[in-house]
Amino acid sequence: MNARGLGSELKDSIPVTELSASGPFESHDLLRKGFSCVKNELLPSHPLELSEKNFQLNQDKMNFSTLRNIQGLFAPLKLQMEFKAVQQVQRLPFLSSSNLSLDILRGNDETIGFEDILNDPSQSEVMGEPHLMVEYKLGLL
Amino acid sequence: MLKPALEPRGGFSFENCQRNASLERVLPGLKVPHARKTGTTIAGLVFQDGVILGADTRATNDSVVADKSCEKIHFIAPKIYCCGAGVAADAEMTTRMVASKMELHALSTGREARVATVTRVLCQTLFRYRGHVGASLIVGGVDLTGPQLYSVHPHGSYSRLPFTALGSGQGEALAVLEDRFQPNMTLEAAQGLLVEAITAGILGDLGSGGNVDACVITKTGAKLLRTLSSPTEPVKRSGRYHFVPGTTAVLTQTVKPLTLELVEETVQAMERQGFITLPRLVSNSCNQASYLCLPKFWHYRRKPPHPALICS
Repeated sequence: MNARGLGSELKDSIPVTELSASGPFESHDLLRKGFSCVKNELLPSHPLELSEKNFQLNQDKMNFSTLRNIQGLFAPLKLQMEFKAVQQVQRLPFLSSSNLSLDILRGNDETIGFEDILNDPSQSEVMGEPHLMVEYKLGLL
Repeated sequence: MLKPALEPRGGFSFENCQRNASLERVLPGLKVPHARKTGTTIAGLVFQDGVILGADTRATNDSVVADKSCEKIHFIAPKIYCCGAGVAADAEMTTRMVASKMELHALSTGREARVATVTRVLCQTLFRYRGHVGASLIVGGVDLTGPQLYSVHPHGSYSRLPFTALGSGQGEALAVLEDRFQPNMTLEAAQGLLVEAITAGILGDLGSGGNVDACVITKTGAKLLRTLSSPTEPVKRSGRYHFVPGTTAVLTQTVKPLTLELVEETVQAMERQGFITLPRLVSNSCNQASYLCLPKFWHYRRKPPHPALICS
C-alpha cells in the first residue's frame, strides 16, 4: 500500500536523548532551561520562534500555491514528487545530510541567508548516539 | 527522556530566551545587556547625474560615545550603496548579507544588480523578523533604469523618494533638505546641500557627531568620500599638565641603606677555557640566595658546558 518500498519501514523522526546533567530519573536540565513549568513547554519563548521554525514550510506552501494558480495542478504535484524523491537519499541517521538536491530544487543554492551562517548543522557540537539511533530507525529498539 | 527531534536547521536559535526571561524575573537587580544603537543622521538625495548619500560617524552606547569614526555607508553592489541607522550590528549584518545575495544573484543572472531588487530583498528580510532586526536603511544607486533612492524601515516598509533622511537626527537634516532641495541639481550644489543637512544633524542632535561621510554614485561608478567635512574641532586643553620638579615641597626624608655582605666565594676551573666565579650574595634582611649562573664567555668550537655541571 505504501509505495515507498523499504524506506517506508524506517521511522521518520529520530528521538534524541536530552543531555541532562541531573540524575537518571530527572529529565529537566536546570542550567540551560531554567525552572521547569508546563507553560514554558507549551508556549513559545520568543515571538519569532514559531514563525522561524515553520518558515521554510510556509515558504514552500506559498510557492506551490502560486505555481498552482499560474501553471495548473500538475506543476506543484510534479515538484512535490521530486522533493520527496530527493529527501529519501540521506546518510546514516546520526549524520546530517547536506541536502544539496533539495536546496537546488528550492532555489536556496543561489542565495545566502542567516541559516547558512548561524548554527550550521554540519558544525553542530552534539550528536545522537549512533547505535541507539540506527536501532531506533530500523525498529529494533 | 526521549523527545522526537526534527532535522537540525541553521539560523537563529531561541534556546536561551526562556533562561534569560526567568533570570530577569528572579534577579531583580540584573541589568540585561542591550544592543548598541548608532544614534545617527543619514541622508540621501537624487541629483542630475545620480545619487549622493551622506552620514555622520558617531556610534553611541546609550549616552556614551562608543566610536567617533565608524562607517555607516555600506557597499552592496558596485553602483549601489546603503546607509544604515538603528542597531549597529543589525544594520551591518543585514547589509553584508544583502551584498552577498546580490553578488550571487548577479552571477546567476549575468546582469548588474538593480536597486529595486536590493530594496525588495531588504524589505522581505526585515519583515520576516517583524522588526526585531532594528535596521533603518537608505538605499541609493544607479542602474539601467536611472538613479533611485529608497528608505527602508525596520518592519519592512519602504518609500521611493527624491530626498530623505533617517536616524535620530532626521528632523534637523530633513528641515535643511526640504528648504533647499531642487530637482536636477548639479553635483557641487547637491554635495553642498547634503553636507549642510548632515552638519545640521551633527550640531543639533546629541546622538550624531564626528565627521560627514558621503558617497557619490553616477552611471560610471561610485566614489566614497570619507571625512568630507569636519564641522566640529577637537577640544583644546585649556591648561598645561606638566609640573616642574620642585613644585611639591619635600617635608621629610629618610634613607635606609640595604647592606649586602659577601658570604661565600667559590672558584671552579673549567676545561682550560676560563674560570667562573660564583659569588653568593646574601642580604641581611632576606633569606634567599641569588646565584649568577651564566658562564662568562662562550667558546663556540666546543659544545657549551651544561649548566648543571657548573652549579654542582
